[in-house]
Amino acid sequence: MEELYPITQYVNEEGKFTDDSIKEEITAELVHSFYYNMLRIRTFDRKAKSLQRQGRLGTYALFEGQEAAQVGSALSLKKDDWVFPTYRDHGAILTFGANMPKVLLYWNGRAEGNLHPDRNIFPPAVPIATQLPHAAGAAWADKRKGNKNVSIAYFGDGATSEGDFHEGMNFASVFKLPVVFFNQNNGYAISMPIEKQMNSKTIAQKSVAYGMPGIRIDGNDIFAVYFETKKAFDRARNGDGPTLIEAVTQRFGAHTTADDPTKYRDQYEVDSTRDQLDPLLRLERFMKEQKYWDGKWEQEISTQINKEIEEAIVEMENFPKANVEDLFDHVFAEMPWPLREQKEQYLQSVRRDQ
Amino acid sequence: MNPVAETSTMETIQTTRSLTLVQAVTDALGTMLAEDDRVMLLGEDIGKNGGVFRATEGLQEKFGEDRVIDTPLSEAGIVGSSVGLAVNGMIPIVEIQFLGFVYPAYEQIATHVTRVRMRTMSKYTVPMVIRAPYGAGVRAPEIHSDSPESLFTHMPGIKVVCPSSPADAKGLLIAAIKDPDPVLFMEPMRLYRAVREEVPEGMYEVEIGKGKKVTEGDDVTVITWGAMVPVAKKAVEKAKAKGIQCDFIDMRTLFPLDRDIIAESVQKTGRVVVVHESHETTGVGNDILSIINKTSFLYMKAPIEKVTGFDVPVPFFALEDEYLPTPKRVEEAIEKVYTF
Ligand SMILES: Cc1ncc(C[n+]2csc(CCOP(=O)(O)OP(=O)(O)O)c2C)c(N)n1
Repeated sequence: MEELYPITQYVNEEGKFTDDSIKEEITAELVHSFYYNMLRIRTFDRKAKSLQRQGRLGTYALFEGQEAAQVGSALSLKKDDWVFPTYRDHGAILTFGANMPKVLLYWNGRAEGNLHPDRNIFPPAVPIATQLPHAAGAAWADKRKGNKNVSIAYFGDGATSEGDFHEGMNFASVFKLPVVFFNQNNGYAISMPIEKQMNSKTIAQKSVAYGMPGIRIDGNDIFAVYFETKKAFDRARNGDGPTLIEAVTQRFGAHTTADDPTKYRDQYEVDSTRDQLDPLLRLERFMKEQKYWDGKWEQEISTQINKEIEEAIVEMENFPKANVEDLFDHVFAEMPWPLREQKEQYLQSVRRDQ
Repeated sequence: MNPVAETSTMETIQTTRSLTLVQAVTDALGTMLAEDDRVMLLGEDIGKNGGVFRATEGLQEKFGEDRVIDTPLSEAGIVGSSVGLAVNGMIPIVEIQFLGFVYPAYEQIATHVTRVRMRTMSKYTVPMVIRAPYGAGVRAPEIHSDSPESLFTHMPGIKVVCPSSPADAKGLLIAAIKDPDPVLFMEPMRLYRAVREEVPEGMYEVEIGKGKKVTEGDDVTVITWGAMVPVAKKAVEKAKAKGIQCDFIDMRTLFPLDRDIIAESVQKTGRVVVVHESHETTGVGNDILSIINKTSFLYMKAPIEKVTGFDVPVPFFALEDEYLPTPKRVEEAIEKVYTF
């Protein structure tokens, strides 16, 4: 199966072309946007981790190592497309246009954190794999509306074990829906290595069962991610149905800030692969090799990114306190009497205390 | 209460160890793995990782990978295959990582776990245990904080148990594993490491279906379970300072409910406050009210008060303190029924 689903790669660990068929399509602007977006989400991720450590953010899911997969897959989305992320894909949604203070608010336990202006971003799927059927459904609606929008569902390797993965894939296939199922195979589902999660050698091969194209890509090569995802979006926009993409990558850190990876893997070993696997390092090497690198520019964007993140944190921390009325107000369009009564009693007791 | 006074299979007084609730769970699992070769543990991240709350810490090392199994990420698969394991002679103990993630397995529980005995007139049975941490109050991300016991107490064919103390956790879990029928074992996540208690070593059982008096009093009956026990306890202590003596009951089993302990207490006090974390509508509190209605109607001196989670989805953690019953709300309810 690995022979049937070879890994597509354009640029290798050393930043050199292994396949230069995309060369014509590469512009300085594109390369810079790759680097800018990856640096931006990496800086965000590290900052979020440190905020969590300081008690300024709740439990947080880290994605360091998966930046190429997240940026590359989100960059060629169009404004009206739909994104169905998991709890680990805020790098992708930030690239797509999510509001940064809102992303931080989400990790501070605020429902307001799901409200991203001007973008169709579904709240992150916390129950594993539940978002795949949703993406199929949203794509179905776009198909009925006759527009060219696509949906993308993000999910991890562990998610392929849940029924919803298979059901979503089958629906998309049967109804030929404009959806891309974007798997980030980071090798682990919390502590479970992929070899114990499944007996299949690849995730891409699961596409065969559903009669859709399955593609396996080097998820640390942003060129592979970007160009192959774009092709899948194009197929979907042209009415040619769904695609399953397996981006082979890794998370360098813990599953979440509540996880201790040393319980189930040798972190030292993981760290020692960094030089080879880090998607940002690879792009930097490519840029140096191809003379796209500009140290001054890197300094500038770095300063700009830090400023954006600091401002987002200030905005998040100055956001008005959670409103207790929201507990009741968004359950139904019109509040049934039990909620109305519970709300009134609760507010009365709050007022009594003031 | 002295935990050693509980039903014990040993004749002599057992030696005890000071454990947290989660350690008591591990202790019970280890005891039963050692006792009965048919016992198997299945779940996500329970082996090498020892469980996300460390409830199965060290057990795979000790009992091997064919007894303590890291399964694929699939609740329906875990529970469904456990039905097959159980009817064919094994005793599967399943860990659902958080009770809020049990829903993919709900079909298996509702249509098979609970019905095999009925459908085969007891030829086949499912003596399995489904363990899961539940409840809010630890600033967990969404869906990790549900308290959906009513979905299971409503479902004929499964017992529902919910301890609040380390000794009860051990004793009830062992009883659940030995029970010939399926048991949902709800572990209050925010009490996992809240207190230590002396827990009997070795084999130790607490009978399923029996509540426990935490404190005795003649004025008001306060009934709760699980993570709400310490919350209600604070209110009971405050009430005591004001001269109201509460008969405070930890139900421990939610199906079948201990009718006798409820009736005995209510017939003494005539005033009742029921506290639960779960939503009010169709909450287990209503089953308690129904028992009181049947057994003690003529003893009542005041309308019963319920202090519960609201009829809203368990919110994101910024509002979870507002969702959860508080000592203050319980105290107000106690005063209300007392002064009625
Ligand atoms: C239905 C369900 N079961 C269990 C969990 C607990 N859980 C959270 S993340 C996770 C592992 C997911 O692994 P994978 O799909 O590979 O994605 P990754 O976290 O690696 O991005 C588990 C078991 C959950 N969120 N939902």
